[in-house]
Amino acid sequence: MPDSVLLLTLIVLPFVASIGAGLLPTGARDTASALAGAVALIGLGMVWAAYPAISEGTVLRAEFAWMPSLGLNFVLRMDGFAWLFCGLITGIGALVVLYARYYMSSEDPVPRFFAFLLAFMGAMTGVVISGNLIQLAFFWELTSLFSFLLIGYWHHLAAARDGARMALTITATGGLSLFAGILVLGHIVGSYDLDAVLAAGDRIREHALYLPALLLIVLGALTKSAQFPFHFWLPHAMAAPTPVSAYLHSATLVKAGVFLLARLWPAMAGTDAWTWTVGLAGLITMLIGAYIAIFQNDLKGLLAYSTISHLGLITLLLGLKSELALVAAIFHIINHAAFKCSLFMAAGIIDHETGTRDIRRLSGLNQSMPFTARLAMVAAAAMAGVPLLNGFLSKEMFFAEALSAEAPVSTLLNILPIAAMTASAFSVAYSLRFIHGAFFGPEATDLPRKPHEPATWMRFPVEILVLTCIVVGVLPAATVGPFLSLAVHSVLGNHVPYYSLAVWHGFNLPLLMSVVAMVAGILLYLLLQRRLRSDVEGPPVIWRLEGQRIFERVMVFVSWRLARRLEAVLGTRRLQPQLRLLVGIAILAGATAAWWRGFGPGNLPPSPVDPVLLLIWVVGGACSLGAAWLAKFHRLAALILVGGAGLVVCITFVWFSAPDLALTQLTVEVVTTVLLLLGLRWLPKRVQLPGERGPEVLSRTRRLRDLALATGAGLGMAALAYATMTRTPPDLLARHFLARAYTEGGGTNVVNVILVDFRGFDTLGEIFVVAAVALTTYALLRRFRPAQDSVEIPEQQRDQAATDANEAGRAEPGRVADWLLVPFTLTRLLFPVMLIVAMYLLLRGHDLPGGGFSAGMVVAIAIILQYMIGGTEWTEDRLRLRPQLWVGAGLLLAAGTGLAAWLFGRPFMTSYFAYGELPIIGKVPMASALIFDIGVFALVVGATLLMLVALAHQSVRAHRAAPRRAATEAGDD
Amino acid sequence: MELVLSLGIGVLAGSGVWLLLRPRTFQVIIGLALLSYAVNLFIFSTGGLRSGSPAILEPGEVGTIAEYADPLPQALVLTAIVIGFATTALLLVVLLAARGLTGTDHVDGRERER
Repeated sequence: MPDSVLLLTLIVLPFVASIGAGLLPTGARDTASALAGAVALIGLGMVWAAYPAISEGTVLRAEFAWMPSLGLNFVLRMDGFAWLFCGLITGIGALVVLYARYYMSSEDPVPRFFAFLLAFMGAMTGVVISGNLIQLAFFWELTSLFSFLLIGYWHHLAAARDGARMALTITATGGLSLFAGILVLGHIVGSYDLDAVLAAGDRIREHALYLPALLLIVLGALTKSAQFPFHFWLPHAMAAPTPVSAYLHSATLVKAGVFLLARLWPAMAGTDAWTWTVGLAGLITMLIGAYIAIFQNDLKGLLAYSTISHLGLITLLLGLKSELALVAAIFHIINHAAFKCSLFMAAGIIDHETGTRDIRRLSGLNQSMPFTARLAMVAAAAMAGVPLLNGFLSKEMFFAEALSAEAPVSTLLNILPIAAMTASAFSVAYSLRFIHGAFFGPEATDLPRKPHEPATWMRFPVEILVLTCIVVGVLPAATVGPFLSLAVHSVLGNHVPYYSLAVWHGFNLPLLMSVVAMVAGILLYLLLQRRLRSDVEGPPVIWRLEGQRIFERVMVFVSWRLARRLEAVLGTRRLQPQLRLLVGIAILAGATAAWWRGFGPGNLPPSPVDPVLLLIWVVGGACSLGAAWLAKFHRLAALILVGGAGLVVCITFVWFSAPDLALTQLTVEVVTTVLLLLGLRWLPKRVQLPGERGPEVLSRTRRLRDLALATGAGLGMAALAYATMTRTPPDLLARHFLARAYTEGGGTNVVNVILVDFRGFDTLGEIFVVAAVALTTYALLRRFRPAQDSVEIPEQQRDQAATDANEAGRAEPGRVADWLLVPFTLTRLLFPVMLIVAMYLLLRGHDLPGGGFSAGMVVAIAIILQYMIGGTEWTEDRLRLRPQLWVGAGLLLAAGTGLAAWLFGRPFMTSYFAYGELPIIGKVPMASALIFDIGVFALVVGATLLMLVALAHQSVRAHRAAPRRAATEAGDD
Repeated sequence: MELVLSLGIGVLAGSGVWLLLRPRTFQVIIGLALLSYAVNLFIFSTGGLRSGSPAILEPGEVGTIAEYADPLPQALVLTAIVIGFATTALLLVVLLAARGLTGTDHVDGRERER
């Protein structure tokens, strides 16, 4: 099988299966677990298939273009170390799936559980076989995310929610730090490729940015591997279902941190800074974790702190400046995965069969579940480091390292052996407590459920793992030896030191230390009996050292108190101060720039003033000021004046050679005015009473300030515009467009060619915006509730209705035709004419002023006119409009034209043009841009009508009952 | 002529900003309309003011900037006009809905406390 297929399957299959499992019905427990098991087994098969190549020392690689412009490729890379981890992920994954099948209750939504678990499996595989550091950080965060979802799987429990949130906050923050560190590392090396980074070890260590990169990366690794002072999330993650704890929180996820440290070991380790950060964190974690574990009353809590402690041990080993220590660390990663996973499963079985995990309540389970008891005892013995089990071997290696390692200061060297022995003694004590507390003593009588052996297949994974512990412990060199050697070689290359995996090394100092630790552990457990039986929670002396409490406090402060204070100081819920601030800053920014760089008229001589345009602009200015003056009390007048100003703008466009703009401006002006007129109806009455007193002093000062701001803004704009206009305009792009509009775009109307061809993608985006706006207004208006005082029929309509009712011979439906006879007839006659004008504008758009926008607006105006004069009901009886269909068709047509270019092997939105001969009409342009423009046209028609008609319908909808009421009232008079 | 047009832009912008700072929703809509006129004209004017330059090429011709109007600001403004219409419509509907919900046409959804 080619490398790329193998690697890609390993990483993609879990994600695909995850989606598949997520789509299964809630009750499909067996199907989901079979799917997950199959995926894990296929993965394991892939790992096995890779073994021949890996065992020869080859590195499997597969590379796919990702962001070539940034020099980033999606690289999958599997060497011996990654291979080992893949084996752990898929092998233990398969066992956990089998276990979870029996552990999960059929009342839980099990497919969702397996969907998360599979996705996690994929993410974790991604972390270990990423050949690119950015990609590694991406999968790293994915593992945090799926860990969050799995911890919070029983989201009805508060503990699960809190634990999940805490785990995500800590590990994802660490992930961000890791990402930053990777960016620094990439900057130092000049590449994010793992091989390049690993080869640049000396350069990295000597670089000025080494320390920041180290701190950031180590922070990421320590949070993930639950190292002090970030260890506290792991015990809270025990709210997850036990298979999750067994898989993520002992065998895989928490190993990601130490995986990364080992992975980057050749590139970053070997300095004092490394030893201080990594080694010290590991040392403290190892001791504190083991110490707290003794005093846990919850089986899973005990195992969680024990995991923290063992991870601390691995971290400490990685922090030492010794290749042998690295060997020991990798060896312990394997051993710990085997015994800790089986212990979690055993704890889960106990919980499942008895209904409690409290060591003080459990007792004498040896009688009711003897097989499970034996298995757990062996696994716990491995955890305690009893000879002939795998934990013993790596512990001996650790002791040997503790005696011989180099350290930056000698005191640390003296502490190390003692610390190692202490941690080992603690480990013996809590292992004893686990076994003795749960399985020995008198049989417990008050358990929630009557204990019995679990289903055979539920115990099977534990049996496999415990068997592994024994086999590795007895025959290390023959079983795990080759795999370990592969992993070590792939990390260290040619610098692999001599190490021996023999069970018996003769009477030496490490063996003596083991014996001392063992005895001390047993004594400690006996001495602590009374304390452990009491109801006191938590360990003595350091119980105040609750990372969780600090975490909670920080969270409350950051997310609540700080946020509220900042909002109180800086925020406002009022729009006007915000806008004032905005305008003020804009004026200031402009003024600062002008003051800084100088300001003055440009090089061009002013063109002569045309008296006609001057006069037009006097009118325009007056309209604008009038609108500003009247907008409060005389809305209609203000609206008319705005229309006047718009017309002046329109004339200006014509004057200065922009016919297309003038056309569009004119049509848009009409539609906007109609729109605002429709809106006027729903605004409250505001009448200026003749005798009303002027504004108060406070309000008057506010107005003065606003006036100053407005004047400033106006003057600034005027000055800016003047300075711009008197300078020679840049013409680079203009030249380009003018030269190519016909030769390459096939149209003589350059503006239109830019819109539908050169910058067609922008136009496509724009019409999508227009469509979104139209649909939004439509949706908003469907739930529209007018204010109470706007509900009744307007005065004018009431008067008219009263007059109509009093005059004989006025039929109700023909009312409008009656009193607006001339316009009514005219608009009906004009309708087809306007449609033809629109078609004309549309078809000639490529070569002459016109195009989809203005044509669409003209059609919309034609239809709106019918509405205005004929009334909603009259129009809709005769014209079936489906604005949504127009919008959809327009979008499809425009986007489809763009996509069609792909059929011809061209990039998106490439246009094609030719001129064809049609009978009667003659020569017509046949550019694909025309089809695009038709799409724009359809969209503009649809969107405009959708907005206007939806708004117009409100009057009909809100008053369906009202006319009847008005009629009866009129009848009463 | 430049001076006239820049003063015109200034007046439009000034009236627009003034209305933008007013408390009533309708005033804000009118203000935005005026402001968008000013901005559109300004963008348009960056291509230089040329009256009488043809805007349409002769078929088969390669146009030069010396004889033709600058098409780029025109294309930009054309887009701006249409988008401006859409946003005005959206704003109007949002404000109407807000007025229906809050019972006031003040921009903050409640009258200022005095």
